[in-house]
Order: sequence, then C-alpha cells, then structure tokens
Amino acid sequence: MSRSMANRFTPYMFMAPAAVIMAIALLYPLGYMVWGSFRDWNPSQTIGEAEFVGLKNYITLWNDPNFRESLGVTLRFAFFVVTFEMVIGVGLALLLDRDIRGMSVLRTMFILPMMIAPVVVGLMWRYMYHPTVGTFNRFLDGWGLPKIDWLGQHALGSVIIADIWQWTPFIFILSLAALQSLPRSALEAARIDGATPWQQIIHIKLPLMMPVLIVTGLLRLIDAFKVLEVILVMTEGGPGLSTEILALRISRTATEFRELGVAAAMSNYLLMLLLLLTVTMFGFTRWQEARAARIRAAVEEDA
Amino acid sequence: MPTIHLDNLIKRYGDVQVLHGVDLRMEDNEFTVLVGPSGCGKSTTLRMIAGLEDVSEGEIYVDGKPVSHLEPKDRDLAMVFQDYALYPHMNVAQNISFALRLAKRPKAEIDKKVREVAETVGLTDFLARKPGALSGGQRQRVAMARALAKDSGMFLFDEPLSNLDAKLRGQMRAELALMSQRVQKNMIYVTHDQIEAMTLADRIVVMHGGYIQQQGTPKELFQKPVNKFVAGFLGMPPMNFLDGEIEDTGAGVFVKGDGFALKLQGERAATAKAHTNKQITLGIRPSDLSYDADAAPADALTLDVMVSEYVGAQSVLLCRCGPAKVMVEVNSETPVALGQTLTFAVNPNGVHLFDRQSEAAL
Repeated sequence: MSRSMANRFTPYMFMAPAAVIMAIALLYPLGYMVWGSFRDWNPSQTIGEAEFVGLKNYITLWNDPNFRESLGVTLRFAFFVVTFEMVIGVGLALLLDRDIRGMSVLRTMFILPMMIAPVVVGLMWRYMYHPTVGTFNRFLDGWGLPKIDWLGQHALGSVIIADIWQWTPFIFILSLAALQSLPRSALEAARIDGATPWQQIIHIKLPLMMPVLIVTGLLRLIDAFKVLEVILVMTEGGPGLSTEILALRISRTATEFRELGVAAAMSNYLLMLLLLLTVTMFGFTRWQEARAARIRAAVEEDA
Repeated sequence: MPTIHLDNLIKRYGDVQVLHGVDLRMEDNEFTVLVGPSGCGKSTTLRMIAGLEDVSEGEIYVDGKPVSHLEPKDRDLAMVFQDYALYPHMNVAQNISFALRLAKRPKAEIDKKVREVAETVGLTDFLARKPGALSGGQRQRVAMARALAKDSGMFLFDEPLSNLDAKLRGQMRAELALMSQRVQKNMIYVTHDQIEAMTLADRIVVMHGGYIQQQGTPKELFQKPVNKFVAGFLGMPPMNFLDGEIEDTGAGVFVKGDGFALKLQGERAATAKAHTNKQITLGIRPSDLSYDADAAPADALTLDVMVSEYVGAQSVLLCRCGPAKVMVEVNSETPVALGQTLTFAVNPNGVHLFDRQSEAAL
C-alpha cells in the first residue's frame, strides 16, 4: 500500500472503534426496535417467533385513547416546563449579570439542582410533597392554611414544579454566558441613547441573546420529552394517567403489559417527534451560519 | 451649547488611582482633544463625562450644573465608540433612529431626521443594511450618523478612527474636521494619535499618568511645550533629545554635550544664563535642522548619517551625535550619502531646553 493511500485511510482507522461502538450500541438496537415494532411480540418469544403484523401496532396506538392521553400529558409537560424554565432562567440571568460581592457563590448555588441525580431529585420532592409529613403541607399547616393534595389532585403541576426546579439552572447558565459575551459598548451606546434598563433588555439584550436562547430552548424541549426517572419516582404516572408521560408509558407497556411490539412502535413515535425537533434545531443553526456567510461575502464584495 | 467644566476629577479603581485631579474647562463650540499614550487616563476622563464611569471625587459641571450623579441619558450627549458599538440586530436606519424612537418622537420627524443625517455622512444607499454587511468605514459613518441624529449638546468621541486602516483614517479625519465646522457643538475627542490631535483640535489636552501635562492650541503646544513629555509626544518625527550642560563662556552661552557645543541666541541665552552649569536636556525637532555645509560649528550639529528613510518629497535621516541618535528631516533632493559626516544648521528659535531632573522646560 502506498504512503498516500495509508495517509488517506488513517482518519477512518482512528474513527473505526467509535463507529463500531456506535453501530453496536445505537444502530443495532434502533434497527431492532423498528423491526420489532412491526410484530406482535411477547417477551417470552424470540423476535423470530413473533408474528409480523405490519403497521397494526402504529394504528392501534393512534386510536388508543390512553396513548393519546399520554401524548397529551407529555406535550403539556414539555410546554409548561420549557416555558417556565426559559422565563425564569433568562430572568435570573438578567438579574444576576452584574458584579456584586459573593455573586460567584450565588451563581454556583443556583446551578446545584442540575448536578443532583434525577432519582434523588424525585425522592426529595416526593418527600416534600408528602400529604401529611411533607415540607410543604407542614409549612401550610403551620400558617393555618389548607393543605394541598400535591401529588394527587395537582400531580402534573407538582411534577412540573420539580422539573422547573431542577432544570432552570441549565437555562440560567447558558443565558448568563450569552449575556456576558454581548458587546459591552453596544449596551453603553444604548444607555447614552436613552434606553432605560428595561428598554436595554427588550431592545438590545434579548434580541442579541436570541440565537442562544432558541438553541437552549430546543435542547430543553428535546430533554423534556424524554424525562422519566423523576416522574417514575414521584408518581409512577399516577394518579390515573395524569402524569404518565410517554417514556413512562413505553416502559410500562414493555414490562407490565408485556407488549414489546407496541412499546417499540410507541418509542418510534417519540423518536420521530424528537427527530423533528432536532432537525429544526440543526436547520436553525445551519440557516444562521448560511446567513453569516452571506453577510461576510457581501462585505468582502464591497471592500 | 454648554460649557463643560471638570473640577478636580479623581478616579480610583479600588486602591489604584488612575486620575489625579483633572481640572479642565471646555468652552462653547470647542473641539477639545484629549491625547496621550495608553493608560494616561484620557478614555477614563471621557467615560466619566459620559456617565459610563462613576466619579470617585470632584465634579463635572455642564453649564454650571453638576451632572456627575446623572445617568448618561440625562446628560444631553452623544458618543462615538472605538468599536462603533452599533446594534448588530438593527439595520442602519434603525441604528440611527434608536434614540429618537426611545424618545417617542413622531414617525415623520424620525424619518426626516434619518434621511437628513444619512445624507450628511453618505449612507443613503445603505439604510436597509445590517452593520454586519457594512465595511469598517461605513460602520464608522453609521456610528457618526447615530450620534448626529440625537442633536445633543455635546459630542464625545472615544478613539473613533483607530480601528480603520491608515488611508481610510486620513479620509475620515478630514470628514470629521468638516463635520465639526458644520455642526456647532462641543466636541470632546480622545485619541492616542498626535496627528489626529493636531489636525482636529481647537484645544489639545495632553495627558500622561493620570495628570494633565499641558493644554492649549496645537500651535502653542508644538512651539512651547512645558515639559519633555509634551515635547516628545507631539510632532512627527519626534523631537530629538540630547543631554548636555549649560556653560557661560566669554563668547556666549553654550549648551555643551558629547559631540556638540551649541551657542544659544537671544531670549534663550538669557534664560539659560540663569541656569549655568545645570544638567539639561536639549530638544530639537527634526524639522529645525537643515543641511548647511557652511554653517558655523557653534550654530550647528555635526552628525554621522546612518540611515536615510525616503518618504517622497521629504527624507528622514537617522544620524548619530556622540552616543545619541538624532533624526533630521530634509528635502529629498539634499545630496547626502550614508556614512558621511555632515553639518546641520540649527534653527535658533527651535531650541528647547529641559531640566534633566524634573524634565520641565526652562
């Protein structure tokens, strides 16, 4: 083999181990899942023994009110957590983007929730939400207020609150980084132009942060669709189906209902939803890069 | 247009004091240039006037009213920044009209103003473009237009031309000079470039190490620098400095040093006489030396020519005089060859004497 050939193949050689692991750990199970989703498949059977049913699993799911309910819960959950986390996270970043003594300690404290394992977060909140001995109800009781049935009547809301607590810091640190990379002099120019602090936020800071905020929001949205552990630990999807998000329903369909084919089809629905979001995100960044390139080209033409 | 008065302005960052009591008056419609090397406090002074930096001590008066507690927007000023500080997400028209839109002026008035200002700076064809799609010079014009549109009483410039290439800088400098004549406003301009200072200013303020060294018209500063720093800072190529001692002989008052003995004339001789035997530094501008083979040794410097820098009509000769290096500006037609030892007559009015210890002019 000539030297130049060897040179050409070197990068692929280095990439090969990663590619093999990807294939075994990701592509193979993914293919298996797609393959299985077309079968009426019971855990006691090998996939070869399972009967091929075509799109039946998908159609059944589409008409299954429980699946629709679960999808609805997932969408509601994702919408509310991302909306609140964006508003609170960006708001906090705008408030804390200043030089005050002890600010670095405060910032570190703000991002602590993100570092805790999801199962621990679930256990912690389940305890705090406990109807009689939980922190919240004891607190309400102490003030003579009526207790709230946190994980019963208001289960979805409570689960949303826990997720907001855990993931707002993610938005916060990314927004803060975006804020601190804004051009200082543009903000000073805005002050001289007569912008109040509020107007600086509306007219300068937020528009300039927008590219980062959009990507951050999409990342959070993708994550919110996949959430499992915290809800599993807190409510196990209950009461009824009120907090049964898709990931949870998939896991129960596979283990409790022993319908691997249906679970696989459901996973594929979720996968398609996430793919759509991911493609949107990549599309957005591509569009931005293309725009930047176009502008650069225009400048060079002028020069 | 207001009179601006800085009264004993002091700025500290923690324990570090960067401005040591700046006193300055800027009259009506005056173009004041603060000039000095990096870290001399000129930008800090400007940013304090703008309200972007807090005043540690002292006060800023505009038309007799203290303003140092006011927000920038309440100080009736417009500013042009070194990096232009345009709003990248707004097009040129929106950039120019931002202040007017914040002030909620009627739309027709805003449109009229934008068109007017854009025409002044030659941006009419670019109003719909974003700053990212403009060249450096065009961005500079947008920054200028944005400041003009505000119609405020004073104009602050923070090194507005230093991000441009040399040719564009010259062009913009001329346009700025033109603009400053047309818009009758108080202008305060910060630069480290002495050419900008000399060409634009009604009044130059030379700063160094957080102190004002000297202020006055460009001519005053060029002809009568109060110390060695000002003398060396203004003028291109810079003033030559030679160490020497004043001697009063029967034949007159001389400055004697390694490789030269220069006789002082008129007023300078009288001044120097009082400082006989003092260690001094002799300052002579390159333009105050002229090639003259017949000059008397007491009125001239004898120099070894080392390097000749041809810059067109003029050439700058880098020469040696004893241990010191001396630059001479000559007509390029002057017949000089490298390695020659030549006599250069000294313009008797171009002789500057500085105390070697205190560096103050005698």
